Amino acid sequence: MIRFESVEYVYPNGVKALDGIDLEIGDGEIVAIMGENGAGKTTLIKHLNGLLKPVKGRVLIDGVDTRNVTVASLSKKVGIVFQNPDDMFFSESVWEEVAFALRNFGYDEEVVRRRVENAINFMDLAGYADKSPFTLSGGEKKRLALAIVLAWSPDIIALDEPTIGQDMLQKEKLLQVIKLLNSQGKTVIISSHDVEFIADLKPRIVLMKRGRVVADGDAEEIFLNEELLRSCNLLPPQLITLSKRLDFIGIKPRLYPPRELAAEIMTRLRR
Amino acid sequence: MKIIEVKDLGFKYAGTDFYAIRGVNLEIDEGEFVVLAGKSGCGKTTLLRCLNGLIPHFYEGEFEGRVLIDGVDTRECPPHILSQKAGMVFQNPDNQLFALSVEADIAFPLENLGLPREEIRDRVEWALKLLGIEELRKRSPFELSAGQKQKVAIASVLAMKPKILLLDEPTSSLDPVSAKNLIDAIIDLNRRHGLTILISEHRLTHLIPHADKLAIMDGGRIIYFDDPRRILKEDVLMYGISIPRVVEVAREMRRIGGCVPFRDIPLSVEEFISGLKGALR
Repeated sequence: MIRFESVEYVYPNGVKALDGIDLEIGDGEIVAIMGENGAGKTTLIKHLNGLLKPVKGRVLIDGVDTRNVTVASLSKKVGIVFQNPDDMFFSESVWEEVAFALRNFGYDEEVVRRRVENAINFMDLAGYADKSPFTLSGGEKKRLALAIVLAWSPDIIALDEPTIGQDMLQKEKLLQVIKLLNSQGKTVIISSHDVEFIADLKPRIVLMKRGRVVADGDAEEIFLNEELLRSCNLLPPQLITLSKRLDFIGIKPRLYPPRELAAEIMTRLRR
Repeated sequence: MKIIEVKDLGFKYAGTDFYAIRGVNLEIDEGEFVVLAGKSGCGKTTLLRCLNGLIPHFYEGEFEGRVLIDGVDTRECPPHILSQKAGMVFQNPDNQLFALSVEADIAFPLENLGLPREEIRDRVEWALKLLGIEELRKRSPFELSAGQKQKVAIASVLAMKPKILLLDEPTSSLDPVSAKNLIDAIIDLNRRHGLTILISEHRLTHLIPHADKLAIMDGGRIIYFDDPRRILKEDVLMYGISIPRVVEVAREMRRIGGCVPFRDIPLSVEEFISGLKGALR
């Protein structure tokens, strides 16, 4: 369970990035943190493992106040995959990169070997085990960053803007990974302004603007409120816009998956 | 008139053992709006680098075939001359901006060309106006939003008065409203000022309804180059392209069969609604 209680955060340059955040995220939830560039999404995510600590209020992870523990001890529970994977890498090979955190957590070599293998197989990186992380393509680096976190299997996994610069195939893979993690009972938190990707996932959405939470609800409810979205520099998913204009054949505005909407339209045309 | 002519183009970066692009042929008319799509690593960026002369002048490697920009062979023309024919805007505007004010950033390459002061002032003014960012002229580029920065980067390229604007995923880090504003500005440059546009993007929803041609790359080759309506009739999903959702719905309706209302595949919500209403009339 994650709890933000009246959390405020001010960067050393005086910019107030979080301005009174109250938020509760239960075990096993998928939550998308949405909002424009600079709304405070990344700052919020950095509070999950104590990388940043509130200047006012507090953040509790399973009841533990992040101000009282080290990032290292919180990391076992909370894994964060940052937007720019280059910032994470320093080892000579993909294999070593994934193994590093596991060894730090004190797992014995046999467990490390098994977990590294599972993680790189799962993220389709087995062929790259001996390669330097810096020779990978942008998409492969993103997969490696996720593999590193998956290897130690934290209960809470946060992904910061995971779809930026990703093509359709990589996004589909990511969607599957998120659903699979969730089916294993993991809590998954995604910061994003990619409305089409989030529309496919249909999670709970927390909408942020200027360091505050301005809305919190299910994806359909948030995406149907165009005025609210625009005030946060977001646009509705295209099929929401389409469904809103199909009232002349009796279709109600909803967050339809493409196939379902097609079937719905065809049924009505046949009548 | 052909403003871009690419013939049997191939390029292998020094130190790699495969061709990033190979056997690429492409002809683009002056004033055309072309969208370049394909999964990561398919060769989009390499192709764009070949069109403004960064390849072969800055990147070393094996070059084959030839590229003519406005009739000039890129191998025989230095990049600073080519940049007055084909300007390039990159994914990350921070790589392109460095001066203390927006004005100074736009003026810098013009000063390098040794243009007279009057001419520089006029061109800066013209470029600011074209992008609708006159009010940003005195601001520091680094205090601007990501969308504003990208507009400044485009303005500084346009001040060189190129006939061709090349853009490499210019919206990928922008939020949806900023991305749409930028794309609207780019469409306007094409429609009102006749600029030839070649833009690579993953998010096609707002771009594709305005494209004259869609080029799809895979494995370093161009596998489709045609009117997007013709291409999107087929199943191009496997090439890693996120097609507009209305296209998915229209295709699915075709698959289900029966009375299919669309003559052409609709590329936008507008086209979808008018197609459907037309069929019901």
